Formats: sequence, structure tokens, C-alpha cells
Amino acid sequence: MSECSDCHGCGTAVLEFPRPASAPKAVALIGPPNSGKTTLFNRLTGLRQKVANFPGVTVEQHTGIVELPDGRTLRAIDLPGVYSLSPRSEDEQIAHDVLTGKRHDTPKPEAILLVLDSTNLSRHLMLAAPILSLGVPTLVLLNMADDLRNRGGKIDLAALSRELGAPVALISARQGEGIGQVFDFLASTMSKPSPKELPVLQDVPKCRAWAGRVSGQAAYRPPLPPTWTRRLDAVLLHPVAGPLVFLAVVVAVFQAIFDYVTPLMDGVKWLFAVTGNWIASALPPSLLRSLLIDGVWKGVGSVIVFLPQVMLLFLFIGILEDSGYLARAALIADRTMARFGLQGKSFIPLLSAYACAVPAIMSTRTIENKRDRTATILIAPFMTCSARFPVYTLIVAAFVPNQPLLGHALGTRTVAMIGLYALGFLVAVATARLLKSSILRSARTPFLLEMPSYRWPTLQSLGLRLYDRSKVFLRRAGTVILLVTVILWISAHVPFTNGHPPAIENSLAGTIGRTIEPAIKPLGFNWKIGIGLITSFAARETIIASLGSIYGMDNPGENNVDLQKALHRDLTPGGAVALLIFFAFAMQCVSTIAVVRRETGGWKWPAFQFAYMSVLAYVGSFLAAHIIR
Amino acid sequence: MQLSVNNNNQPEAVSATLIDLRRGDAAILDGIDLPGEDARRLMELGFLPGARVTAGQSAPGGDPRVFQVDGSEIALRRETARRLKVHVENPSRKR
Repeated sequence: MSECSDCHGCGTAVLEFPRPASAPKAVALIGPPNSGKTTLFNRLTGLRQKVANFPGVTVEQHTGIVELPDGRTLRAIDLPGVYSLSPRSEDEQIAHDVLTGKRHDTPKPEAILLVLDSTNLSRHLMLAAPILSLGVPTLVLLNMADDLRNRGGKIDLAALSRELGAPVALISARQGEGIGQVFDFLASTMSKPSPKELPVLQDVPKCRAWAGRVSGQAAYRPPLPPTWTRRLDAVLLHPVAGPLVFLAVVVAVFQAIFDYVTPLMDGVKWLFAVTGNWIASALPPSLLRSLLIDGVWKGVGSVIVFLPQVMLLFLFIGILEDSGYLARAALIADRTMARFGLQGKSFIPLLSAYACAVPAIMSTRTIENKRDRTATILIAPFMTCSARFPVYTLIVAAFVPNQPLLGHALGTRTVAMIGLYALGFLVAVATARLLKSSILRSARTPFLLEMPSYRWPTLQSLGLRLYDRSKVFLRRAGTVILLVTVILWISAHVPFTNGHPPAIENSLAGTIGRTIEPAIKPLGFNWKIGIGLITSFAARETIIASLGSIYGMDNPGENNVDLQKALHRDLTPGGAVALLIFFAFAMQCVSTIAVVRRETGGWKWPAFQFAYMSVLAYVGSFLAAHIIR
Repeated sequence: MQLSVNNNNQPEAVSATLIDLRRGDAAILDGIDLPGEDARRLMELGFLPGARVTAGQSAPGGDPRVFQVDGSEIALRRETARRLKVHVENPSRKR
């Protein structure tokens, strides 16, 4: 076909398509990793996109609505980045099944946008063979046109279109160049591709030879090596400067998610307290008011308070990923991580877990090796997250007198806190080794890391990612936390005595606390701590508020001296250490459980993780309570 | 070029592999001594027999190392790189 090839010799091919009666209903975007496919998807759909998992698997399904200039709309599906369609990995299986209409949850696309990197065309063209052989109308998009031009590359689009038997357009999804041709294609009557010849599909060398021939026919001149990338790598992968920059990046991320974000988090807390009081004053005192404020509003607030930190983390990960530095960081970290049986790409997710395990687990998607990814997900909750921090502060302040150590450089309390951070890290590392030498032993799949060229991240791409990830965080973490806080509120307010809710020790929660006392007594905990532990399963820091209300404090917080004194009375030093160890090891976070279920595609791994961490917490606390007196 | 593959029990320890290349060295790939699926993944990334591979920068300590092949840069660990058999090209054709 290809009307455009008749009238244009070379250069930019202006595509003209006849108008059909109706536009296609669904279009799929496919391309190799790092081809800029998602950037194009964002360009085409903007905020009109939705993210979910393909049912039954862990592959994310991004769909969006494309609005054509004439007002018609169609559904776009962003398929995972793949090098071929031979269904070996989960990603390739999904791409294959969607394109061939084998998935009942996704309509068979009536058109395909094949996105290839024009600066690496000879290799990327290999994917054109299996795609064109599907017989679905396809527009071949050569992305990163600006890069190709700047680095002196060239291509005869008309000749390429003739060889492939499909329309071809040179675009830059980042710059918005050539996007009009995509709309024109989608609005046109599309015909099936009719390539001149296709290679034997399963054979990589033959595919590559075919791709080489086709790009040769299209007079493809590959661009010069990316000078800026080479120059930057000379510094960023330098044996001395490289690790220093890496360390600086890690410190900057840490500083931002702990220091700079504190005022924002305090602001959110304050906002929720003020609005809570405002709602309280607007409503007559009743049980409903208490449910609304102490249950619902507090539950919502306990998730929203983490939002600034989580968003900042996503922003950082987005910048690292879009700029191309993430691959370099993974390269530098790989050797150290390999010692624990993991790999370089596990590093940034584990670093993120120091803020919150939920975004950390969501960011493990960059790890292609499934076993490495599962191992990273399983150990992420051992990293000392922000929710543990106030709990540690409270217990350490109650039991460790603040004395200077090493002159005045360090205090005993600081040392205790560092020890707790180290404890979580060591257990994570030991667990990783254990998992990777047993149930998650990799069949020694080679570690492959593609180094993309450095690029400036675009605001649109960062903004959309932030929006999308925050939405997933709020939905996953928010709904579950809300449910749990409401259940906990109810259990603290029944059964009624004389028409009034009971004191907390006589409530259902109190009864449960007493019931489990025999089980937690060996750890050195009484029933009051028991109630605290139960409530802390919604979110770890909740224990402070519940202990506060058990001890009848007006204004509980980790710095409340009365609360510290009360704890000191009720716990032996051994019990205090046991409680710290319990918080370091136990999986007391329903949001994490919910996210692990989503990311691993079932209940198997969250159940295993919960059981493993609970046993570890119990045994660890038991030993601490019996060894330390 | 001296080989350092003597300590692993490969029968054809005489041929050079990717780990023998120093930064800037180029060589022609002869074959991949890995199971079918793994070899296929590498081939999809450009590591095809006959392809020219140039050794690039590495992580501190020399492992993993970046290799330039077929217009891309791919990092491989030593354990993988030593499974890729090469013969060294005439040094004057170096880029």
C-alpha cells in the first residue's frame, strides 16, 4: 500500500489518509524498552488514562482515551516494552495475547502503533517483523527524531515504508513533533500491512539480518555515538568520581525524604487536626461524631500524612529513571547487592523503603528478573520506615537515658536509634540471602542492564507519573487503612454498657488484648501493650495514640513524658527491647500487605511474608525478653 | 592477551571471551556459551555471532562492565561476559 511512497522521494513523508466512516475502537502501542513508547502514550492520552493490573498477572495495564481532532475518541492500550513477541516472559505473553485478541478482558486492537527508537533502528526494526505479520493495520513510528537529526543520522522514510508495506512516520514524542501524523493515521481507513518479505520469526539472527537489509534499503545512516552520554559517563562511571556522585545522590534523596519534607508532613497533620476539630464543633457530640473523627478522619489523615514523602520519593525515582541515571546507579550498586544475592536494580527500591515500603514495592517494577523482584519485595518491609520512627523514639526515650558518648559527638539515644536501623538492614540482608539460596534461587539468568542515553526528564512525563503513582498509593493504602481504622474504632467502642461505650480496657479491643495476654506474656508484654499491638496492625505509629488513650493521656505523642513514664512502669528493660525488636521485624502494616498482593498477583507471597515476619518478630522478642533482664 | 579462564572448568578455555577485553578494546563475537533462552535474550540485545563488541566503562572494581554492541550499551556481569566467546579484531580498526 503506502500512498505516501509514490509522491515523496525521501525526507519527511507527509502522510495522507482517506477518511473512514468510523474510527477504530482500540489501538495498541508496542515497542522495545527505552523506545519512548510511554512518552507517546502520555502525549496521546494526557490525564485521560487508567492503570490497573491485567487480571491474574503482575503486568500493569495502562489504558487511556485518545481524542482525535474531529472529536471522536478511541481507547489506547500501552503494552509492556518487549524485544520480541515470542511468549517467554510474562510481558511478552501479555503483549502477544492482547495483539492477537486472546485476552477476554481487553478488546483486540484494530490498529497498532509500533514505536521504535530511530537512533537504534537496525536493531529495533527486529520487532517490526512479528508485529507486521499479525496483519493488523500498523503505523511504524520512528521516535527520537530530534536525537537522530542532532547526531547526524538519516533515513529515507518512503523507501522504508515501501519495504515494510506500512506507513512510517518520523516523530519525537518528547518534543511533540509529528504527533499530528499519528492522529491522521488513527482517523483514516487503515489497511493491512503488506511487507515485501518477512524473516523466519523465531530465529533472532535471521530477524536481525532482515532488519539490517530493510534499513539498508531505506538508506539508514545510524547517528554518531551520543557524545554527551559518553562525556557524562566518563564522570558518572569514573572509578572514583562515580561512586562519589552516587553517594551524593543517595544522601540527597535521604535528606529530602526525611528533612525537607518534615514541615510538609507537620502541615498535613496540623490541617487534619484543625479540620477534625472544626467538624467536631459543627456536629453534636455523639457516637457518629466520634466514628467520623476518630475513625474515618484519623484513618484518612494517617495515610495522607505520608503523601508528601511518598510523592517526593516518586518524583526522585522518576527523575532518576527518565534521565537515565537509574541504570548507572544500578550498575554501581550491582556488585554490593550481588553479595546478598540481589542485583543493582534492587538498590533504589530498598533505599525508598526507608521512607515507606509501599512506594518501594511499587518501584520494584523496574527489576525484570522475577525472582530478584520478589526477593526485593519480601525484604523491603524490614527497612526502617518512617512509621517506625516515632515508635522507636518513644520507647528509646522511655528506657535509654540520654548520655553523651565519644565526647559530645553522639548520644546514647542516637546510638540506640542507629542500632535499630542497622538491625532492620541486617535482617533484610540475611533474609535475602536465605531466600535466594532456597525458594527464590535464580536459575542463573544473566544480569543484563541496558544503558539508555541521558535525557532531560520532561515535566509532563514526571507529572503524569507522579499523578498515576500517587493515585495507586492512595487507592491501595487508603481504602485498606480506612477499613481497618473503622473496624478498630468499632472494636474499641463495643459492647455498650448503660447506653455508653465502654472504657477501652472493657471494650472488644480490650477483651482481645486480655485474651492474647498469655501469648504475649513470654515477650514481656501485658494486655495494655497487647491492645497497642493489635491497633498497630493498621499502621505502626497507631500504637502511640492507643497507648495514650489506655493510659488516659490527653495529648499522646512520642515526646509525651508522662507516656514515657507510664511505659517505663509497665515494661521491664527486656520487655522494652522485645517491643523494639517486635516493631523492627513484624509486618504491622496492612497497606504493605495490600500492595504486595497487588504487585505479586496473589495472596501467596503476602501470606508467606506475613508468616515469616511474624515468626521472626515473636522469636526475636522472646529471646530478647529472656536474655535481657 | 592472557586468559584468566583457567580456573573454571570449561573445555574450550583456549578461546578469548569478553572478560579479556580492556576498556576500548573491540572484538568480534563468535558464540554464546549459555542455555538457549539466555543466549536468545543476549542476541535480541545485539550480541549476535559476527557482531563487533567494544568494551566500555565498568562499575568500580571492574564488574559489571558496559559493552557497546549494535548501537546500544549493555552491562554484563563477569559471570555472563565470560560465556561470550570472541576473537580480537585488528587493533587499528578501533573506534
